[in-house]
This record gives sequence, structure tokens and C-alpha cells, in this order.
Amino acid sequence: MSSLDSAKYPVEFEVNGEKQTIRVRAADILLYTLRDNLGLTGSKSGCDNGDCGACTILVEGFPIKSCLMLTVEVDGKQMTTIEGLRNSPVQNAFVKNQAFQCGYCTPGFIVNCEGLRNKLPHADKETIRVWLESNICRCTSYEEIRNAVKDVFSLEK
Amino acid sequence: MLGYDEKGGVKISSSLGKSIPRKETWEKVTGITRYVNDISTPGLFHVKIAISPHAHAKIITIDSSEAMKIPGVKEVITGRDFPILTGSPLADRPPIAIDKVRYYGEPVALVVADQDYIAEMAANRIKVVYELLPAVLSPREALQKNAPLVHERLAEYKQHEEVYPEPGTNVANRTKIRKGNMEEGWRKSHHTVEVEVTLPQSDHAAMEMRCCTAEIMPDGKVIFHSASQSPFVIRRAISQSFHIPIHKVIVHTPLVGGSFGGKSAIQMEFLAYMASRAVGGRAVKLVNSREVDMISSPVHIGLDATVKLGCTREGKLMATEILHLYDGGAYSDRGAVMSRSGAIDCTGPYRIDNVHCDSLCMYTNHPYSTSYRGFGHPELTFAMERAVDLLANLVNMDPLEFRFNNAIGPGDTTPTQTLLDRSNLGDLPMCIAKLKSLIDWDDLPHRKIDGHLIKARGVCCFWKTSDTPTDAGAGAVIVFNPDGSINLLCGAVEIGQGTRTALTQLLAEKLRMDDQMIHISTGVNTETDPQHWKTVASRSTFLVGNAILNAADDAIVQLKSIAAIVMQCLPTDLDVGAGKVFFKDRPAKGISIDKIANGYKFPNGNTIGGQVIGRGSYAMRNLTSLDPETGKGNPGPEWTVGAQAVEVELNTKEYTYKIVKAATVIDAGKVINPEFARSQVTGGMSMGLSLASREAFLFNDQGAIINPQFRTYKLIRYGEQPQYFVDFVETPHLEAPYGLRGIGEHGLIGMPAALANSLTLAAGVELNHLPLTPEMIWRTIHDSV
Amino acid sequence: MIPFDFEYYKPTSVQLAVKWFHFLQKKGKNPLYFAGGTEIITWARQNSIHPGAVVDLKSIPECNAMEMRNDKLIIGACVTLSALSAANSFPLLSETAQGIADQTARNQITLGGNICGNIYYRESVLPLLLANSRIVIAGMNGIREASIRDIFLRHLRLGNGEFLVKTITDRSYLSLPFVHYKKRQIGNVGYPLVTVAAFKKDSQIHTAYSGVCSFPFRSAQIDRELNDSSIPLSDRIVQAIDYLPAPLLNNAEGSAPYRKFVLKQTMADAVHTLESR
Repeated sequence: MSSLDSAKYPVEFEVNGEKQTIRVRAADILLYTLRDNLGLTGSKSGCDNGDCGACTILVEGFPIKSCLMLTVEVDGKQMTTIEGLRNSPVQNAFVKNQAFQCGYCTPGFIVNCEGLRNKLPHADKETIRVWLESNICRCTSYEEIRNAVKDVFSLEK
Repeated sequence: MLGYDEKGGVKISSSLGKSIPRKETWEKVTGITRYVNDISTPGLFHVKIAISPHAHAKIITIDSSEAMKIPGVKEVITGRDFPILTGSPLADRPPIAIDKVRYYGEPVALVVADQDYIAEMAANRIKVVYELLPAVLSPREALQKNAPLVHERLAEYKQHEEVYPEPGTNVANRTKIRKGNMEEGWRKSHHTVEVEVTLPQSDHAAMEMRCCTAEIMPDGKVIFHSASQSPFVIRRAISQSFHIPIHKVIVHTPLVGGSFGGKSAIQMEFLAYMASRAVGGRAVKLVNSREVDMISSPVHIGLDATVKLGCTREGKLMATEILHLYDGGAYSDRGAVMSRSGAIDCTGPYRIDNVHCDSLCMYTNHPYSTSYRGFGHPELTFAMERAVDLLANLVNMDPLEFRFNNAIGPGDTTPTQTLLDRSNLGDLPMCIAKLKSLIDWDDLPHRKIDGHLIKARGVCCFWKTSDTPTDAGAGAVIVFNPDGSINLLCGAVEIGQGTRTALTQLLAEKLRMDDQMIHISTGVNTETDPQHWKTVASRSTFLVGNAILNAADDAIVQLKSIAAIVMQCLPTDLDVGAGKVFFKDRPAKGISIDKIANGYKFPNGNTIGGQVIGRGSYAMRNLTSLDPETGKGNPGPEWTVGAQAVEVELNTKEYTYKIVKAATVIDAGKVINPEFARSQVTGGMSMGLSLASREAFLFNDQGAIINPQFRTYKLIRYGEQPQYFVDFVETPHLEAPYGLRGIGEHGLIGMPAALANSLTLAAGVELNHLPLTPEMIWRTIHDSV
Repeated sequence: MIPFDFEYYKPTSVQLAVKWFHFLQKKGKNPLYFAGGTEIITWARQNSIHPGAVVDLKSIPECNAMEMRNDKLIIGACVTLSALSAANSFPLLSETAQGIADQTARNQITLGGNICGNIYYRESVLPLLLANSRIVIAGMNGIREASIRDIFLRHLRLGNGEFLVKTITDRSYLSLPFVHYKKRQIGNVGYPLVTVAAFKKDSQIHTAYSGVCSFPFRSAQIDRELNDSSIPLSDRIVQAIDYLPAPLLNNAEGSAPYRKFVLKQTMADAVHTLESR
């Protein structure tokens, strides 16, 4: 016997410029819809509780923890995941500064940083801190990430 | 760049000392990296664990009937279904609890279902009736004569490596160090101090939760995908536990999302195998939630320790008596070995001729402990370095000078009576000297008051050897492609440390070729890659690196022998470099490797040689097990030494503080990739500062963990990082590739001690208990008045 | 992952929301109103709550309002904390909201969700308590308005099937001299050890607290003691603490005795700073 088919909510949205129409459970979490239904596994599960930021995506341009959002909530919305970024200045800065080790938190950091760059391209050091403290990195000392961010926002190192 | 220089010679650049980027750089910034949980297979079943809500209780009944009624549930598995005991060195742990639970979070049942939320729903509906037992909630409590026993049948457990459990008690392992003459040591000690320290258990908190898939094929092959530091040990453990020929167990380990020792234990794999077997071998996936990863899978070991330390009037260390009570938790796992490591290096990097140490791994009703970055050393270092600071203060000596004067050196012996030389030890006095100038130690005050803010600096030294099995080893294969590029095959797991990239640098250096011409996969496959013991103990560049150098030598012989025929000379006339085999005395004359990499084809079609494949292996040399009565023996090939400092700014209004600066000087033997090396050291320091300042499992009085989430179990975040200072000393370890020493763990080791020493100086009270929260400082001050 | 199923409704008007809620309740669905959803998802994934349906309020125009009308600041219940902080029409509320969770989470957490939640802290209610804000509540019997001070007693006392539509704050409160302290043991993200928000109005200091007890509160007795300038501040604080409405919290953020110590310091800082303004 198979599990109940409760995927009865049609949802339509745009992710990385592509329209998607799918059916989900009301209780389905956006992070897992992206990962399991759409194969966008760049967004990571690090806590499923909104505490670590590894699942950060942009919804209507704002960084959002996709582990704390129902898929049905994004009906009609536009989203960007790490897979939607190619050669962005943020990615290039992370490459240049090797601002990662294991790489697991990296998509979340990059997407958050990208959201900040879009919303506040002239963000100061304090604003950058406030935004980036939403994400946890366990491998680096954050020094590398700070250096990358400083490249992105043209701050002095 | 490589090529001919002006004089017609072969110009070869060095790969060593170059900060080349990680091979998998672009994968990691574009989100296409596949960690285990990113791999999907159609029809995969999902496994969830039901866990114990009690720290110590008898299991009376398990009722899974409600769970089985849920559509989509395939099977419920309990401990009785697979009554085996696992664990190394001591097989004391059923993968699923049998008859009783020994910690809060212990697996009591598994559910297999067609969807993960269904499995979770069913796990929530398994009804277990328990009868509570009195719980042992600290290692000191565990040592009491009348303490409840965590394991009643300790004597019956199978032992895989040396381990000395004491049946009838909660001692899982005891290591003794007996060196010198204690009576004489104390007689010569004009000053003595005694400190008692505690470090609670905490979490590895790798960002990727542990995850594993298992599938049993019709021919009996078992295929795992696991986020692990030990794919080859998974193979062995599954083979032993379930009587499967080792070659039929195949483990794939892709890139791992951080591990810090926590993914070296074999835990999820047993469960995934059982789950797959219960559903006829179907592919199953088991992924921990963060909460389960924190409390159910193994954790960072705790320590309660007492250190008595004595020195002469002039400040020369004479004697120490040490009791380590490691909090191994409910099962001993690698905790038993960590407690031994805690004995091996118990004195810290100081010459002390008279040493008495008992290092015990205690069973408690806490989560069980496994390897954690530093392997017992952050803990022993915290204990010893608090005592050293106290003693330096007592003899009124600068704490760095005191350490400099007592630094262990060539000709001295370790607590295990291993004779040290420049190669196996490294240069601690040089590290201390460099640290001094790095942080302007002599020119700036160690304590400075500015209103309610007090700045203070604390220091410490550390050392560490690897304490591996005496036969730990690795293999490597290098396969030449037709274009002269190389595929490097080896079993070192990429956990973020950059090992696989650094290994290509070692090979490039040896073959004097462009490192971009060396390919290495991101993942490890036990079916095709040569064995590597485990990716732990900062040992991969040493073991695998040596294997690679041997493989390169093997390939060089093959290249030269083919080239010698083509060039009509002796192999000994030839040299290899810059993608060519050339005459030693006429470097401009040679043959490009791509012409001979797959054999050389003469113009008439005749071919000599074949694909060039170099093979090499390496195993630890001259290690011995320790004498059970004195600890005498040779535990590791070399010691990495270093000196560290932390500067804090304490706000005396509420005892909050900022970590302003942190510095490390480490004898790296040889720095292979400077950017990786710095990042490994600062990353370790960050983890150590996070651990020391805030990380701890908080237990209620029944032994339940009340902070199993990052919301309440706090980690250091962006913006809190201090200014980091890192420098290296390079004293070659002669047995290692290019003289390198392990540095992956070491940045962490002294951070708790240095932070405690700085805060002790700032606050004016002895701070001997981690974590060093503002409340801990406040309470210490409050209690001392 | 949420280990059970529920139904999802997204009404576009206040009336529809109430109607749906009551309909679902009658069907035994145990419905919940849903705004940012972060807390509901947090509890649901841990199997601590089991709503059979959720009614998402985010498509209701009134719940998304943020405007100044007739000298009154109106903020809808579904306005996110980051949006209201960015608009900064009520600086004390902006600053208090900025202390909650983290920036990314604040893009989701709503004012209404934070006030109506079950987590102890609910800090965004503090400025509203201090400003005697009025709140608009919708229920089966239509819309009603009430003073938040009258109905936020440990938690927002909503009737069955009622939900918070918006808050209304008089302009005269928006630019008062204020202080806001969020004390944590360590780090810049996380629940408070102690949060104190305070105003000075007509030379009287008004204070409100979160993290001290298991609910946010404002206390007339505490304010009375703190304003008694006839005795030294330290004595005022000792007396004020006698009026805490419940035992001090004792949890992972800190023990009750340490909280008390920090609370005293923070009260002193608040009063000291505001007295000099």
C-alpha cells in the first residue's frame, strides 16, 4: 500500500527564470520542493528550523529561509536559487578568496550576499554584518567570507 | 609556467608553497556539488529513527502497530531484529537499543516508508514503555563506588584493539603513564598547584547532517553512499558485523559537508543496512534531522580533570600527577582511544621527567562520544595549560617565558618515554619566539583597564601526535592519460580541508609538472580507489602523500624505461619534468610524456610499453602499542607543536566579552598550500573559540538535552570573528612528504586554554570550567566573594 | 519536513478568513491562522502542534497596510519585521524588531505572527504596549478595536476564531525619547536573556520587558518604582523587581539568578539614559 496522495495543491511560480507548475502537499516545505521535485539541490538543509541559512533563496529578491516556507506560499512568486546565479560578482569573489571549505553553507551565503547586493548595493560594514549573521559557516573563520564580501562591496580590507 | 628556459634547460616551477584554488571550486559556488543527500534514486525508501526520551531506562515493550497502519509504511525494525554489538575498540553498542536505553536520543526503532514524512509520522507513533533507571550524569559521578552501572556485561564485550575496560565499574578504558620517580619530582618541586577543570560534551555541528543510503543487490553486494570520513572502515565494519565478504561491500563517499571527526564513527551505516535488509534490499536513505544529528549520533567528548603540577624555585617543571575522566557517554566508541591520546600527550609540550597519569574513558548516560578535531587534545591542553598559567603566576614569571623555558626539545622524552629529535618534534621555542613578535607580547601590556572594560591577553602551547593504529596506511595509484595528464586515485575524503587538492600539489612537485595536469575525482569509491585508513588525525597528507610519492617513483621508473628505449640510452641517463623525459646532461633533448604515456609507437607501428600506471603505498613505521602498566611505547610518527594567544575585552558590568585577537604559530614542517594552511588554522581557531565561549550540551536533571538546535546551541557567527594572526615555522619531519606535519586540527587545540587564560587575567578569578559564558564568569566571581 | 498533512486556505478578505476559519473549525479541522508561518512550521515539524488546516492571512489587504492616517500609524499584522524596520515610522518598534531572530528570518516573520506566537519572547509587542497602541481584531461578530494593554495579558487574549488585523499607534508616541536593550550572553542572534524597551513621556519613564518571565509584559508598579526619584536608583530597582509578574525564566539562555543580575543592570542603564534626556 502506498502513502496517501495528498499532493493536491497546484502551485505556479517562476524559479531562475523558468515557469514551473507542480502539485504539492500543503505541508510541503519549499526547500524540499526545490530539491526533490525540481532537482535544485544547491539549496541545502542545515537545520530545517530557520537557524542556519544554508537553505537561503531569493523570493521576490529578498533572502528567505526556504526551510521555513510552505511551497503553497510562493504561488505566483519569482524565486532565485544558487543555480540561477552564474558568474555573479559574489561568486567570483568567493572563488578568488576561497571563501569556503566544505562548501555546504556556501550557496546560502552567496545567495544572501547576492540579495544584499541587489537591495543595498552600497551596504556598509554594519549592514553586511546584520545580513550575513543569518548564516552559519562551521569550517572557515569567516575571515575568508569577510574578504570576499569586501571585494563585492568595494570596502577596504 | 613550465617550458624551456633561455639556456635550453627545462624550467620547472614548484607546486609547493603555491595557493592554488580547490579543484572543486566552481562546483561549490554554483550549487552543483552533490553531497550524499543530493543524490536521488527513483523508488528510494526513506528511513527515520525513533529515539529514546530517557537517559537510562529499561525497555519493557515496543508497540509499532499504530505506525504500521499508516499507508506507505513498509517496515518497523527494533534492536531485537539485529542483535549485534558494534564499536571499535570495544564492541559495546547495539545499533538500535536492546533491552535498555543508555542515553537520551538513543535509537529504539527504525521505520522504513515510501516517503520521508510518512516515515517520520510513523516514528512518532511507535509506543515504547520504559521503566526508568537511575542515571549517571557526569564522569566523576560515574567513578563513584556505588554509581549505577551503564554496562552490566562489560567483561563480555569483544575487543578489536587494545583497550582496558574494568568490569563492575563504569571505566571503559584506562591508560596509565608512569614515568620517572614521583617522590623525587615532588621533593624537588618548591611550588605546586592543583587545578580541577571541566569541559562538557558538545557537538561537532558540521553543517551537513549525517546521511547515508544503502542498497543490497541481488548478488549480495551492498552499496553505500555515505557522508563519512571512513569509507574503508564502513566496508570493514559492515563486513564483520553482517558476515559479508569485504569486497562485496562498496562505499561511495562524495564531497562531505564538514565532519570534524564526527563522521569518522560508523553509526548510520549499520542502521541503513538493517533497513535495506528489512525491505528486501531496496535502496533506502537515512538522513538525520539536525536535532537527531546532535543528540542521537555521536558527539564531542567531555572531560573532568585534575592536574597537580610542580616546579622548582626557578620555575623548572619537575612533576605532574594527572587524572583525566573523559565523558565517553553511553558507549565507548573512539572515546576509549581519545582517553589514551589524553594520556600520551598529558604533559603538554613540556619537559617533565616525573609523570603519573591515569586517563580514563568513563561511561555515563550521556550521548556517546567519538573523534572530534584535536582528538582528546583540546581537553588535556585546557587542563594542563590552566595549571601552567597558575604556576607561572606563582613563580612570578611571564607566562610565555615560563613556557619557553620548559619547552620540550630534542633529547627529551614524551610521557610515553619516546625519545624526541628535531624531526619528530618540531621547534616549540621558535614558535613561542615568533608568537611573541606576532602579537607584540613584550611591548604591550597583558592587562589594561579602561573604565569598565578590561583588555587582557592569554597564551598557551600545544602539541599533538596522531595515536593511530600501528598499521594505519594508505595506497595511491596514478594513471597516465594519452595527453600526459594524470588521474590520481586515492582514498582521502574531501571534507573541506583541501586534502585532495593539496595531494595533487605533492604529486605535481614530485613529477615536476603542472598541477593543472593532475586530475582527481571529488569522491572516494572503495571499489576502485586504493585503501586509506581514515581521513582523520591530520594524517591524510602524510599517509596518502607518502603513498603518492611512492607511486610517482614507480611511474618515473616506467617512463624512463620506455623513454630509454626510444632515446637509445640508459634509464639512469634520464630525468622527468615539465611533461617530458629528458637527458640529465642535455635537458633540451627529450621526449614529451604524452608520446609514451600509453606506450610508444614507432613509425613502423611497433609499440613498446603500455599505459603508465604508478602504484604506491605506505604504512606507519615503528609504532608500538603502549605498555599497559607504564604507557611506554611509540604512539605516533611526529608531534606538531605550536603556541597560541587570545586577546579579550571583558565588560565588567555584565561579564560579556569580545574576542579581539587570536594568534597561532605552528610548526607545519612544510607549508604545501599557504592559503589552505592559514584557512585550516583560522578555521580551527574559530571552532575552538566557539567551543570555548559558548558550546555545550545542556542537560536537565534527568539527562535530557535541552538545546538540540542551533537556536539555543549557539555557534560563532559572521561578524564575531576576531582579528586573526597566523604564522608558521617549518622544521621538516624527515619521514613525511617534503617534511610536512599535520595541521588540520591544531588551530583548535589551544583556543579553550588561551581564552580561559585571558579571561582569568581579565576577570581576576580562576576560570576552569567551559564554556566560558558571561554567566560562568559572573558565577565564578559571585561564588568567590 | 512536516510529518502530517493539513489543508491550506488563502482568503483575500477579512470576512472570508473568518468564515473559512469557522467552517474548518466546525469540521473539526483544528485550524490555525497563518501569517509568516515560521513559528507554525517550527512547531509542526517537531510534531508539537497538529493543525488540520491553516488560513493564510497574507492576501488580505488590511493585513498588509503600513501607513500614516489621521495622525495614526497603521501597521498590518502581515507586515514583515524587516519591512517595518526599513520603513522606520516607529523607531522603537524598528529597533525592537531588528533584535528578533536574524535578518533573513525577519523577511518572513510578521508583526502579527510575532505578537500572537507561543514562543516566550514576542518582543515586538513591547513598543506597542508602551505606546498604548490599539489593535483591530476580526471575528465572527465583525471587527472590533481594543487597547493592546487591555488584552495583551501574558498573551493576546483573542476570542475563538478571532485574528489580529492591524495595530494603530498614535503619532504622539512615535518620536518619544526611547531606549532598547537586547541582552544576550554572547553573539548577536538569538533569544534574549533580557530585553528592555522604554520611553520617556511627560518626564515619566515607561518600561516593558521580554525574556525576563515566560511572557512579555509591562507593569505599572515597576514603572512607579523606577520613577520614584526620591530614592537612589539602585534601591528603586530592588523594589521594582519585587513586582515581576512571574518567576524569572531559567533556561538555555541563562539561569534565573544571572537574568536577575542582568535585568538590574539593564534597568539601571535604561533609567539612567532616559533621565538624562
